[in-house]
Amino acid sequence: MAIRTEELLLNVGPQHPSTHGVFRIVVKIDGEIIKEATPVIGYLHRGTEKLAEDLNYTQIIPYTDRLDYVSAMTNNYVLVSAVERLMQIEVPERAEFLRVIVMELQRIASHLVWWGTYLLDIGAMSPFLFAFRDREIIIDLFNELCGARLTYFYMRVGGVKWDAPDGWIEKVRDFIPYMRERLKVYDDLVSGNEIFLARIKGIGRYDAQTAIDCGLTGANLRCTGVKRDVRKDHPYSVYDRFEFDIPTRTEGDCYARYLVRIEEIKQSLRILEQAVEMFPEGPIMAKLPRVLRPPEGEVYSRVESPRGELGCYLVSKGKDSPYRLKFRRPSFVNLQILPKILVGESITNLITILGATDIVLGEVDA
Amino acid sequence: MGDLLVQPLTWGSFLTFTVMAVLFLLLILGMVTYGIYFERKILGWMQLRPGPNRTGKLGLLQTVADVLKLLIKEDTIPSKADRPLFKIAPAISFVPSFVVLATIPYTDKLYFANLDIGVLYYVALSALSTIGIVLGGWASNNKYALLGGMRSAAQLISYAVPLVISAVGVVLISGTMNMIGIVERQEGWFWNWNFLPQILGFGVFVIAAIAELNRSPFDLPEAESELVAGYHVEYSGFRFAFYMLAEYVYMIAMSALITVLFLGGWHAPAPFLDFIPGIIWFILKFCFMFFFIIWLRGTMPRIRIDQLMSLGWRVLLPLSLANIFITAIVVEIIKAING
Amino acid sequence: MSEERKDLLEEQKQSGESSEVKTEGSKAEQPAASEPAATGGKAGDGAHTVESVTPSVKADGGEQVKESDTGSAKADDGAQAKPAETSSDKPADASPQASGPEAAPKKQEESKPNDAEASGQTAAAAGEKAVPKAPRLTPEERAARRAAAAAAKAAKSGEGGSAGGEDGAGKAGSEAAEAAPEQPKEPSPKQPLLDKITALIREHVGMDAVEEAYINEADLHLPVVVVKNDRWFRTAALLKDQLKLTFLACLSGVDYEKYMEVVYHLESLETGEQYCIKVRTDREAPSVPSVTPVWSTANWQEREVYDLLGIDFPGHHDLRRILLPDDWVGHPLRKDYVPLDPEV
Repeated sequence: MAIRTEELLLNVGPQHPSTHGVFRIVVKIDGEIIKEATPVIGYLHRGTEKLAEDLNYTQIIPYTDRLDYVSAMTNNYVLVSAVERLMQIEVPERAEFLRVIVMELQRIASHLVWWGTYLLDIGAMSPFLFAFRDREIIIDLFNELCGARLTYFYMRVGGVKWDAPDGWIEKVRDFIPYMRERLKVYDDLVSGNEIFLARIKGIGRYDAQTAIDCGLTGANLRCTGVKRDVRKDHPYSVYDRFEFDIPTRTEGDCYARYLVRIEEIKQSLRILEQAVEMFPEGPIMAKLPRVLRPPEGEVYSRVESPRGELGCYLVSKGKDSPYRLKFRRPSFVNLQILPKILVGESITNLITILGATDIVLGEVDA
Repeated sequence: MGDLLVQPLTWGSFLTFTVMAVLFLLLILGMVTYGIYFERKILGWMQLRPGPNRTGKLGLLQTVADVLKLLIKEDTIPSKADRPLFKIAPAISFVPSFVVLATIPYTDKLYFANLDIGVLYYVALSALSTIGIVLGGWASNNKYALLGGMRSAAQLISYAVPLVISAVGVVLISGTMNMIGIVERQEGWFWNWNFLPQILGFGVFVIAAIAELNRSPFDLPEAESELVAGYHVEYSGFRFAFYMLAEYVYMIAMSALITVLFLGGWHAPAPFLDFIPGIIWFILKFCFMFFFIIWLRGTMPRIRIDQLMSLGWRVLLPLSLANIFITAIVVEIIKAING
Repeated sequence: MSEERKDLLEEQKQSGESSEVKTEGSKAEQPAASEPAATGGKAGDGAHTVESVTPSVKADGGEQVKESDTGSAKADDGAQAKPAETSSDKPADASPQASGPEAAPKKQEESKPNDAEASGQTAAAAGEKAVPKAPRLTPEERAARRAAAAAAKAAKSGEGGSAGGEDGAGKAGSEAAEAAPEQPKEPSPKQPLLDKITALIREHVGMDAVEEAYINEADLHLPVVVVKNDRWFRTAALLKDQLKLTFLACLSGVDYEKYMEVVYHLESLETGEQYCIKVRTDREAPSVPSVTPVWSTANWQEREVYDLLGIDFPGHHDLRRILLPDDWVGHPLRKDYVPLDPEV
């Protein structure tokens, strides 16, 4: 006679130390196996797209900072590049280089946050502090450059707002070998750790077909072997001048995503090196009218943010504020794979899989 | 102290016992306070940060402040919780950890009980604290707490087995379960200490001990980031302080036990260092074990529950059994050789 | 008319004054602050005549001219290396500078449609500070200038690339034709892709499945196809199958006040081809067939569109609100949204 069992409905979040923000997932578990998982989002919905219809383009840029607040520079970029494309503005070279440098630094900072918090979720406390310490250096660089530590409001349509102060480029240059050293230390500490490997190898596996169908981008897609990166496939800014690789793995599990992101940091350092070498002089802002009125039309611009493909669909009717501004947020789309891969998984792996997806709730909810 | 124990009980000796027990209790509380302080400091240094350094000089009064805070907090009990069980659970968890301290000999003169079955008694008592954890998880009327309590029960029971079995190896080569006897057999140079002859047993014992203590990397029952603190999630204030106290006292007890069983108790590493009192050696070795446990916490990620269970049953248990067999065989061979 | 206007502007430019020519018709001429339209160094020189004018000034929230796009001629010039080309904006014409109010009334009489073109004031000219009007030219002078301008323009036009505008393109083209000798617009490099996709859809789904097909030049010549609402599901399956458009990058809903539209940006990861598909629906009971069975990524994105715009997606297995609380009333992103509870 079988024992009568019942399914337990467990609510993870919205207040939970490991859901990376206000995110709730309702899981039905039978013992420790998840039978069904339903994410519930919208706790951080602030109506950015609706607000944007009343603001002019420069005023929307601070709102973009707050979408994916861990990686604000790429958000800035996607909006200004959409407007620039519509208005056919040519951005001065120095501005483009500054943009690339800050975007790559931002990518490293964002991956460090991800790494630290992911390991904290898994249970190791120390890498969190090491990662944040290194991120402090990057944040200090940003602070010097544009006065803010997290939400920068740095880029403008046509260029960037602040020029690199004296010595700033040298500091970026010095940061590169320092970070390479630190990555070696982190590798020693974590990548070979048996417990860590046992926790994340083979967990949360999916294949390339599912990934593409679900619209995954970023490391979530590259871990299955699909070599897609907006910087290479549809190059924007001055990325076509740099040499860098797109790391991919084929296993499709959490460990693959982990390795892909670590490798991405290394590639970002490579880009930074080249950018700092080639850094030109010149103006940092194109000559533009004070009130920006893009011509009527629509445009979809995309950017490779640390989380995936960030897109901005802009419909303009010729006014100084957009008619419709829609952000294609990578975390929002990436989160859709969660219900699929959680079914049949043990609940102990819930947090591990969620962490490897690398979501930021500001972006999920917009 | 020893002689007092074997004499008939008089009011005078009873008073002496009570006073010594109370003093010891206070001493242990002091050690817990500074144990917590050192844990935070050491973890901080490992993580490139200073640790507490504001309250009192060098942050020395940090734990005092924390304990005071816990004591003056509101005593909240969830409305649907099982009140009697909720209140008793921390106490059940805490009492055994204190009681076992009585069985450990600190020097050849300083001990509270001279039990001939010391090791067995210790292990039996420490298993009692499992009940406190399970009760805490159940009585909280909270799914997370329940999950944490169940996991913890599974973990503690599974690791109690390799713990005991690896200690049996020590008993075999010492020929007695009496802790004083075990230490006496380890005198001489440091290679006489049991950790070398019983290297396998030592490894298994340390791992099982850390699992018994619910410490990282085995702290899934209180996984802060996954189950939001597991079985003690609904506890706050003084009751929570009890659980924490139980954990730290138990840590002290375990470190002391390892010192006695495997690291030679109060003996110096070399005979010529005998002039340094035994208690100092005991304290040094004990501090080293305590530090080792903290060190592991700062370095390792957490093991998942199913991996933890398979580690306990499929790795540690066979190893400890193998240890017994090898030890038994070697002991017999040596006995045969020595005639 | 437009010629006149252009001449006028030329005059002003040449006299080194920037004037703001408000194109007419707009209500409220705001003399407005002179906006130093920095049209990026346009300094137009003759060559720039019909340049898109920088949207000027201010104000009025761009009120000024609410012209339906007169297919601003600007569109034709296209190609400025520089900034702010606004083709056919409504405010468009406004010239870069705010001119003195006097200038405005003068211009008022000019007809709207022509203005657009005329506004080709070289914004460049404008470039700078607002300065009141310039001396009037005689008709002869104007004719001469007109000819010169036309010549210059012919030289320039080359690159049609009308900036933007799907709608603008045709009209702009025609206006350009008026203004200068005909320059054939070069076919867009993505035209073959557009032809391919429309042919495919027409062949397999139906001749009437494609409502419109054009190239969105502003967005790197993206081929855009407007598909008929009731044929959309079959078309989607076809596109994924035949053209290997396995990656749905973005699904957005837009509320144009008369109708609603769902925009799909598709890409093929193997060939790198990108397309934009639009499906229209009316506002009273908006509904677009769901493509979740074709691309799973559409799942949440359709829910978001449903939540914020109220477009129904028959065929979606679980269409409910995603970002807003479940008991929310209304669809905020609609243009006529009024919150039920203003305090919220």
